[in-house]
Formats: sequence, C-alpha cells, structure tokens
Amino acid sequence: MSHDGAAALLEVRVSSKDHVTAGGRSLCVLRDLQFTLPAGRAGAVVGPSGCGKTTLLRLIAGLDRQYRGSIRLPAGGRLGMVFQEPRLLPWRSVVDNLRIAAPQASAATLAALLARLGLAEHAEHFPGELSLGLARRVALARALAIEPDLLLMDEPFVSLDAALARELRGEIAALIDEKKVTTLIVTHDIREAIELADRVFLLSTRPARVGATLEIGTPRRALTKEAADALQREADAAIEAMRRR
Amino acid sequence: MIRLLSIALLLLCWQAAALFADPRLLPGPAPVFAAIVEQAQSGALLVNLAATLARVIAAFLIAMSLGSALGYVMGRRALLDRLLDPFVVVLLNLPALVVIVLAYLWAGLTEAAAIGAVALNKLPNAIVVMREGARALDARLDEMADVFRFSRAARLRHVVAPQLAPYIAAATRSGLSLVWKIVLVVELIGRSNGVGFEINMAFQLFDVRLLLAYAIPFVLLMLGVETLLVQPLERHVSRWRRSPARGQGLV
Repeated sequence: MSHDGAAALLEVRVSSKDHVTAGGRSLCVLRDLQFTLPAGRAGAVVGPSGCGKTTLLRLIAGLDRQYRGSIRLPAGGRLGMVFQEPRLLPWRSVVDNLRIAAPQASAATLAALLARLGLAEHAEHFPGELSLGLARRVALARALAIEPDLLLMDEPFVSLDAALARELRGEIAALIDEKKVTTLIVTHDIREAIELADRVFLLSTRPARVGATLEIGTPRRALTKEAADALQREADAAIEAMRRR
Repeated sequence: MIRLLSIALLLLCWQAAALFADPRLLPGPAPVFAAIVEQAQSGALLVNLAATLARVIAAFLIAMSLGSALGYVMGRRALLDRLLDPFVVVLLNLPALVVIVLAYLWAGLTEAAAIGAVALNKLPNAIVVMREGARALDARLDEMADVFRFSRAARLRHVVAPQLAPYIAAATRSGLSLVWKIVLVVELIGRSNGVGFEINMAFQLFDVRLLLAYAIPFVLLMLGVETLLVQPLERHVSRWRRSPARGQGLV
C-alpha cells in the first residue's frame, strides 16, 4: 500500500447528481458534496435514510458514472466493497467466493483471513447455508482478500441484532487498524460512525452535501464511553444546526 | 419401483390389445422383440441407430451453441433484440417440413442439408429460452463483479453460467426430444440410413413390426441419455440449492 501523500487519498467532489424518477422528473440527490480522506484512515458518511448515501457509494465504486464532478480514488484504485445485501455467489462455497474475487491470493492467505473472521468451519459451506451475520462476514472477508486500496462498506450492520452488530463492529475496527486500509463506511447510525471512523462526514437532507465534518482524535481502542458521548453530542448539535439552516 | 410397475402395466395392455387386433396392424411385444433381435444380429439396427444418434447430437450441438450465444446477447442488448426478434418469430412459426424441403432443394440431398435443417428448426426455441435466462440475470451480482473487476472468463463461468444452468437444462430437455423427432423426418425424406429411413421402409412394406423394432430401441436410447446424462448433470449444477429442484425425468 502506498503512502505517498497527496496521490494516496480519496478525493470526492460531486457538483451534482440527479436521479430521474419513474414519473420522468429529475431529482437532485447530491449537490456540491466534497470531502477528502487520507490514505490508511477510516471515514464514515452519516445521514438520514434516503438522503443519497448509497448513491454516493455507487458513484465512488464506479457503478454509476452519470454525475458532474470528479472522484479520485487512492493510488492503485483496487476496490473492495461490502454491499448491504452480501451479494455472494450462492452456487460457490465460501472459500470459492473469496478465491474467485481474489485469484492472486494464496490458499493460506484466504484460510488465515477466514479464520480471522471466525469463518474457518464454514469455508466449504454454500452462502445459502449461512445466517445474514455470517454472510456479511464472508462479504467482508472477500473485500479484504483482494487487498484493496479502498474498502467501501454500505450499512454493514443493518438488520443484525444488537449483540451481533457490536461484535462485528469490534472486529471491523480491529481489522481496519491491522490492515491500515483506507475505508469508507456509509451508515445512518452516528454512534456506529464514531466508534469506527477517524473522520465522520455528516450529510444534510436532500440534495445532500457534507454539512459538517467530525474529527475523531482518539484512536478507536482508546475511545471511552464519555469521549464517545461528547462526540455524539457534538454531532447532534451539528445535525440540529444543519436542519435549522 | 413404481416406474417399473408402470412399464410392466404398459406391456400388459399392449399384449392384451394385440390379442384382439389384426397382427399385421398391431403385433404383440414378443414378435416385436424378435424383430429387434433379428435386426440387431444383422447389424442393421446398430448402424441405423448410430446414424440417427449422430445426426441428433450434431444438430442439437449446433442449435444449442448458436441459440445460447444469440439468446444471451439478445437478452442483454435491447437493440439487438429488437433487430433480431422478427426473425426469431418467423423461424418459430415456420413449419419444420418447409425448412426441411427448402434445405434439400437448395443444398441437395446432403448430410449438411439434413443436419442444418434440423438445427434451424430447434434454433429459435433455444434462442427464446436462453433469452429469458439472460433477461433474468441478477443485476446486483453484475455490479459485484464490476466492482471486484472479475475477468471475462471468471464472470462467464462463476456469475453468468450458474444462473443460466436451469435454462440450459430446460432447453436441452425440450431440445433433445424435438430434435430427434425432426431428425426422423429428414431421414424419411432424404437420407438412405437411420431410424427414419427404416421407418419409411416399414411403411412401404406395411410392416408395423419393423417400425416398432426401430422406434422402441431409439426411444429407449433417448430415455437413457435423459436419465444418465441430463438428470445427473442437472443435479450436479443445482447442488447448492437447499432443496434441490429435482428434474422430473421421463422414466
């Protein structure tokens, strides 16, 4: 992974992105949305549901090129993505799903990655035999297997029960620190963002732009409940200010 | 077990009917079996079965490969679909006999004309089934393959082919039975060997015994292909489903 300063960051400048509705009307979803994320850091995009977070992620992933502006990916530009629905190949075993996405990774690397995410015993299972929580883990393992220059995650904890979500959140935080991979997480949950990210981008309502940026100074592991509460109050105040404007 | 019982019942009914019918119109199982043995011993049965089977396989492979490729691109590209759809509809509704006679008139009474005519009869059917399959491909998995930059080969093998497998199986099922029926017609009209040719002979000689002696072994052969080839293959590709959608066999 390269760390040569300016070239290695994620730079997003979307001047506008329109959706054409089923009725044929054009709807502005994103306007003047800008942010940057240094290499090796974790960013979180937080906003109310329906504000265009997933649209933003699709633009960054290159799945939608119909927008005005520019998006620069970290050097190398290899993307690992964890979709909201795991999007695994149901007809291939767990380990084959990883192998197909990352053909250059060795069997030992993949086995280690699966073990790291507690999936060792499920390597030969088909995705249909897994619970949603496990399938999410497989999707995460697949995204990490390709050793991405940028890891994108779309609501990685949605529709998991609280305990499971907390467990997975802890593991993702540890993995981000361990692999030093530039990560962008999209979520509607401000607390989740504070616990995972170094930098939190708060989106306004539609058309969405970055209304406020929160720097999380303390390392993830050292973050106390008090510090997190303080950050959450700060975020809530910023969201309130955006709403009033 | 139940299948064997039902076959035994069929033989019994046949035997019973033969007792009351004119033996020239409906010979019983025993004389037909004797005729099969007779034809097998002379070597004629094997030669003719092999000739027909070879034509079935050739025509089927041509129609399936061409039809899969065309159906796939038509399902994926709306422009091509609109461009080619009228031809598919024309081919679908063109009587098999018209295609066969035209092929023989234009290309002569040749093997290529015979196989080509059969393949052309099966082609639109394969296109339509595979086009449905291509239309039903999961766009979300396509996006996943885009993001992870799957190679063309990996995409085809791991993303597209497994989704098309049920459609390929359906096209194979309906295809094999359609193709062998039409192969018999092209043989009857313009070939000098094969099951269709022998059936023509039997017709000329008013020999129902000979007709059945060729028809039954070939039906059994196609049943064998279905049970020993198509069904195991289908089970293999759908093993990832929790409750496998078992193919309803002919046996």
